[in-house]
Amino acid sequence: MSETQTQKSVKGNNDTKLVYKTNGLNLWYGENHALKDIQLNVVENEVTAIIGPSGCGKSTYIKTLNRMIELIPGVKVTGEIVYRGRNILDKSYPVEELRTKVGMVFQKPNPFPKSIYENVVYGPRIHGIRDKKILDQIVEKSLRGAAIWDEVKDRLNTNAYGLSGGQQQRLCIARCMAIEPDVILMDEPTSALDPISTLKVEELLQELKKNFSIIIVTHNMQQAARISDKTAFFLNGEVIEFSETDKIFSNPSDKRTEDYITGRFG
Amino acid sequence: MKLIDHSRVLNHMKPRVSFNIFFRSLFLLATLFGLLVLGILLYRIISQGLPYFNFQFLQNLPSRNPEQAGVYTALIGSIWLMAVVAPVSLILGVGTAIFLEEYAKKNAITTFIQINISNLAGVPSIVFGLLGLTVFVRAFALGSSVLAAGLTMSLLVLPVIIVASQEAIRSVPKELRHASYGLGATKWQTILRVVLPAAIPGILTGGILALSRAIGETAPLVVLGLPLFLAFLPRSVFDIFTVLPMQIFNWTSRPQEEFQALAAAGIMVLLILLLLLNTIAVLIRNRYQRRY
Repeated sequence: MSETQTQKSVKGNNDTKLVYKTNGLNLWYGENHALKDIQLNVVENEVTAIIGPSGCGKSTYIKTLNRMIELIPGVKVTGEIVYRGRNILDKSYPVEELRTKVGMVFQKPNPFPKSIYENVVYGPRIHGIRDKKILDQIVEKSLRGAAIWDEVKDRLNTNAYGLSGGQQQRLCIARCMAIEPDVILMDEPTSALDPISTLKVEELLQELKKNFSIIIVTHNMQQAARISDKTAFFLNGEVIEFSETDKIFSNPSDKRTEDYITGRFG
Repeated sequence: MKLIDHSRVLNHMKPRVSFNIFFRSLFLLATLFGLLVLGILLYRIISQGLPYFNFQFLQNLPSRNPEQAGVYTALIGSIWLMAVVAPVSLILGVGTAIFLEEYAKKNAITTFIQINISNLAGVPSIVFGLLGLTVFVRAFALGSSVLAAGLTMSLLVLPVIIVASQEAIRSVPKELRHASYGLGATKWQTILRVVLPAAIPGILTGGILALSRAIGETAPLVVLGLPLFLAFLPRSVFDIFTVLPMQIFNWTSRPQEEFQALAAAGIMVLLILLLLLNTIAVLIRNRYQRRY
């Protein structure tokens, strides 16, 4: 309770729209300097796309935003990432609390080998919500929000592994929405999907940004151009350019950005 | 110019195919050999023991008179032993496996522990018997009780359970753990709700192997001083008792033909008990079996 209050007061005081403020972020995998002096701001209710060639650090960056990167042994991080006024890289920031506010959708759909219903209520349950009525409401709201309710409403108790890849990914989005996060991180959420499923997820993103701030890593530049408000171009662990998506794609200020988006490399 | 002479390829075809058939037959023979030995064993035991194998045999106390002898005390004793071994070895074994896989840092100490656990699996059972005699029977003054024997047997099968559980825990896809962590779950919640349900089939496979071994072991129990003849039942885990392999061992060491047949009937009881245990484990395993 007090947590939400402090959040609101921070919102009230500072520039309210800022969700993430990354300052001088450096990251090493052992000796490999994977992120170099990253500066990046994420604004509320916008879709921020991160593009760049393989190995440029875009996935590493998004995993740092909810500290999933800590699961990889031998990672060293310096600098700060301020989320709603608090530095999340500070070890005193409980990582479980961070991840209840910052949800994540992964590259490969990863539903639990449980029923569709159990997948959605997993998050709320671990946060201590047991009331069946509330859980039922969460399930319907989340599945509707992820545009999959009509497809699964008659088989909520069947195993999620029976769904198609695209449905599984939307279920994962629903599972993420069920904890009512503030931000949703998406790490190439459509790279394992067919074009029609991809389209559905993209349409969904436009709906989601009304309620959530979204940061999405994508390999697909057309996708970034279609869905995002701002785009960051990463190359060799550095942010080469970060601005309005329209500007990046029509009038990039850096030569390397232009080369990349026109398909000259990457 | 072609680099491959296709007539030579065709000539080479026949030996390749014959080799394929040869190895197939070889592996089939290997399988049949095991089955054959098992068949002979079962035939010998059943043909010898069947005349004595009846309800009376299960209910009677051991006796000098082969017509009245039964396995009641030994059968109940074996069940008592399992009642101690199953929880103790599973809790300790799975707990160790979870710690080593999920919590322990991968460093020299964990590697050392790991190697020693694998080594323990190869230590002869009689050595565990000596350990049990020194520690549980004498130092803890438990005597030849259910508890002393159960703890000794638990130690004996522990390495098997630990290694099998570790394998099972390791094979749970990391994507599932990430999904759980990503929703704000703690490590323990992830282990309890994601890792263990997915690992249970593998853990139970190890558990079946381990319990099957514990129920058939005799050597360590001889060292612990379990009686070969006992005409009363244990009332608690602190009481003296005997088990089926001891009873069978007793009967086989007697010269009379009848006792040999009794031993065979005893083996049948042991096999059926084993089969029952395995069935329960397989049923639980199937309930949890999931594909990824």
